[in-house]
This record gives sequence, structure tokens and C-alpha cells, in this order.
Amino acid sequence: MLNVHRDICGYCGCCVSVCPEGALELIDAYLSVEKNCTNCGICAKICPLGALEVIDEKQV
Amino acid sequence: MKSKYDVLVIGGGPAGALAGKTAAEKGLSALIVEKRPAIGAPVRCAEGLGKEALHEFIDPDPRWISAEMTGATMVAPDGFCMKLGSQLAGSKVGYVLDRKIFDRELVWKAAEAGADIAVKSRASSPLMENGAVKGARIEYGGKTADVRAEVVIAADGVESKFSRWCGVDTTVPVREIMSSVQYVMADIDIDEHSTVFYLGNEVAPEGYLWVFPKGKRIANVGIGISGKKSGRGHRAKDYLDRFVKKNFPDGKTIEFIPGGVSVCRPLNCTVADGLMIAGDAARVVDPLTGGGIYNAMYTGRLAAEVAAVCIGKGDVSKKALMTYDRNWRESKMGKAIERNYHIKEYLIKQPDSKLNEIIHSVSNIHMKEFTTMNLIKEIIRVNPKLVLELGALAASLR
Ligand SMILES: Cc1cc2nc3c(=O)[nH]c(=O)nc-3n(C[C@H](O)[C@H](O)[C@H](O)COP(=O)(O)OP(=O)(O)OC[C@H]3O[C@@H](n4cnc5c(N)ncnc54)[C@H](O)[C@@H]3O)c2cc1C
Ligand code: SF4
Ligand code: SF4
Repeated sequence: MLNVHRDICGYCGCCVSVCPEGALELIDAYLSVEKNCTNCGICAKICPLGALEVIDEKQV
Repeated sequence: MKSKYDVLVIGGGPAGALAGKTAAEKGLSALIVEKRPAIGAPVRCAEGLGKEALHEFIDPDPRWISAEMTGATMVAPDGFCMKLGSQLAGSKVGYVLDRKIFDRELVWKAAEAGADIAVKSRASSPLMENGAVKGARIEYGGKTADVRAEVVIAADGVESKFSRWCGVDTTVPVREIMSSVQYVMADIDIDEHSTVFYLGNEVAPEGYLWVFPKGKRIANVGIGISGKKSGRGHRAKDYLDRFVKKNFPDGKTIEFIPGGVSVCRPLNCTVADGLMIAGDAARVVDPLTGGGIYNAMYTGRLAAEVAAVCIGKGDVSKKALMTYDRNWRESKMGKAIERNYHIKEYLIKQPDSKLNEIIHSVSNIHMKEFTTMNLIKEIIRVNPKLVLELGALAASLR
């Protein structure tokens, strides 16, 4: 599952541009994650602030 | 907001503003929808723009020019500074804008020309008929409206979703997104008339770090690194914090700006039936410099010009709108993107030792006028070996 740390995210849209599934959308000042996210982690890698994290659902 | 327009523009950045303004000037009815509550804020930009580039669109106005640049300095990985003074650059250097005001001014000009503007209004899906785009669904203040249009111009920036919803793949490759952070820093020691660029794999892997003055003792201090080089513990912010700690330990950050800049090739095709894509959404940022303001304004204006002709002829098919795609690719801007893409691809592959060598040698030459083209020509003249390395690119410059 992709977790958005809202307190870290600066709603810049950088992650939206690299998501191969088009699963992210920046709705003004918050980031939405759609169900078609595959947890590939690309967005988490490139976020300039480290606001995204793919977490193992089994551990949640 | 009416339910039907000739042209619906999605996004109120420089691309959208120029599209809306031009459409209105051509006598078309136009609406610009912007999802943010305020045009121009938050800023996602280092705000540098060449003088001539600006003058092509609007007369300079002190209200939105923070500072005027007369020189530039490039700092090599080994710390060597190459200074390009005003005698080199002549009057042809540039401005550091205040984009909160600048973007607002551009949209105000669109409004003045007759375009309608709707803020805090987000396009949430396209209206499609037989595979053609016919408008968009707009969400605003808890309400929803379907706005029909002959042509939709998607100028929705780096976070663009609209064209993807219409079936165009806009994904930026990981290695070609510049993962960026910038601080507006006050109370720092800088040369207020010169931009500074720091290069090197330690400072900014496959990117660069910049100091763009906005006045006395205040500057945009930012960095862009390749998405490929980004990860936990070594993100853009980590690099910038390290630099700031070393160089501006007493500076005060008065604004915090994350962002993304695409440095890939532009979209394969920037039109579809009833749809045109402009600015960052079309991925037309200069891949070498990361500059996209001019290219956004250029493509926004051109899109509306072509839309006006096509609407006049009653044909807004992809085939008819292709004139836009062809024209910007053939323009000076389109050619510069293609050329600079090759230069970027060459430079990012060089180790620091090679970057040092290039910057040292370039500093020994005398250019009459500082342009990217002259710089490259000089690099090649000083390093004839580069001709082989740069291959086709070098040939195209002769
Ligand atoms: C850190 C950084 C530094 C930069 N430095 C420079 C520089 O020094 N010089 C330079 O020339 N360029 C620079 N750029 C690039 C420059 O900022 C962009 O190229 C430029 O803003 C592109 O303009 P645009 O109109 O295409 O997109 P934007 O300015 O991004 O505007 C797009 C607009 O569309 C809106 N939008 C998006 N989706 C929707 C929707 N669904 N509905 C309604 N509205 C929507 C957004 O809210 C936004 O306001 C920099 C970028 C970054 C991130
Ligand atoms: S890239 Fe990071 S900071 Fe920017 S919108 Fe995405 S999660 Fe937020
Ligand atoms: S994890 Fe992958 S699929 Fe999910 S939002 Fe991020 S980039 Fe998209």
C-alpha cells in the first residue's frame, strides 16, 4: 500500500508525472492515490522530500 | 462559467494564460480553469528567464521582476569558478521574476482580452464523443459542471492528468524527472547580479544546484537531481540541506518549494481529436537548462493560434490540429529542445573529472556573445575529441 505522509508532502506533483499507472492525482493541496496503484515504488523513489512510502500491508 | 466555449484551457500557468489570451484576441470565446485557489501560488520555479525570451511576450515591469542579471558563474566539481561577465553576455542575460505576480499578470491579460477565468475549479475528466474530446467536467466549490468546447487545450503542467485521461501517455521516465527542492533564502552573502550554477556528482548528480538572486542578500537556492539518483537518504532535499549548511549556514529560509521538472523528449504527439497539449504537460521543458517558462508561453500561444484557424474552418480533428505539433517542432524552440537533449545526454554521462576539464577549458576562451550554442561550439573547438563523442550533434552545429 502506498502511504502519503501528508505532513511531509509539499504537493508539488513531481510524483504524479512519473507514475506509470496514472494512479496519482494532485487535487490542489492533497495527493490522491487511486486503486490501480501497483505499489511499484517509483513515486516513492523520486519524491524530493521522501513523503511517499510503500508499506507491506501484512505488517499494518 | 458558461456551458460552452470555443476553447477550454486547463491550467492557469504561463502556457494556459497565453492560450486563453491568444484565443480571446482571435475572437474566440475562451475559459481558463485553474484548480488552485490562487494563480501563481505556490511557486514551483527558480524564476529565471532570458531577456529576449521575455520581451517576445510582454514588456518588463518592475512589479514582477525581482532582479536583473548581468552575469553568470559556473562552479566546476573541483570548485573552480568560471565567470561570465556582462561584457561577455552583453545585455543578453536575464531576469529573475516574481512568478506569483508574473503568472497573475499573464492571466489578468487573458481576462482583459476577454477570456473567462475560473479558479479553484478543477477539470476532473474529459467529455468524449466517438473518441474525440468535446470538453471537460469541472468540479468547483462542491459543484460539477460539464463545459463543452470545440478545442480543449491541456496546459496542466508537470502534474498533467488531462491528456492521460484522453488516452495520451504522458509518463516521464524516472531518470528524466528532475527531482527538485528550492529555498527562498534571505540574509545570505551573494552577488546580487549574477546567477550561480554548481555542477558535479557530489553536489547534484545528473542535475545542478542553483543560486538565483532575487535582490540584495536574497536568492532562490535550489537543486534538481535525476530521479534515478534519488532515494532514501539521498534525495534532492538532502543534497540541498548539505549545501546550505556549508555555504549559507546563517541564511533564513522564507519559502520552501519542492517540485519536478521533466527533461525528457517532448510527447510523441501533442494533439488528438479536439485536444491540444501545451507547456510542461507536453513535456517541452528545455532538457539542458530545465527552463520551461518561455516554452510554455510559446506553445500556449501557438496552440490557440492554430485552434482559431481550425475552428474557423470547422475541422478540429487530430489531422487538422497537427499543424500545431509540426510548427512547434520546426520552430527555433523545438530545434533547441532536440539539440539540448543531446547535450544533456552527453553531459550527464561525464564523470566529475571530465566536467572539470570542460569548464576549465571553456573559461579560457573568449566568446563574443554567451549563448548555449556558442558555448557548445567552443567546447568542441577546445576539445576536438568531443566531436567524436558528440557525434551527430556536433555535425548539426557546424
Ligand atoms: C524547482 C523548479 C525550478 C524551475 N526553474 C525554472 C526557471 O528558472 N526558469 C524557467 O524557465 N523554468 C523553470 N522551471 C520550469 C517552469 O516552472 C515550468 O516550465 C512552467 O511553470 C511551465 O508552465 P505551464 O503553464 O506549462 O505549467 P504550470 O506553470 O505548472 O501551470 C499548470 C497549471 O495547471 C493547473 N492544473 C493542473 N491540473 C489541473 C486540472 N485538472 N484542472 C485545473 N487546473 C489544473 C496547475 O494547478 C497549474 O497552476 C522550474 C521548475 C521547477 C519545479
Ligand atoms: S513528489 Fe512528494 S512532495 Fe511532491 S506531491 Fe508527490 S509526495 Fe508530495
Ligand atoms: S507506487 Fe507506482 S503505481 Fe503506485 S502511485 Fe507510485 S508510481 Fe504509481
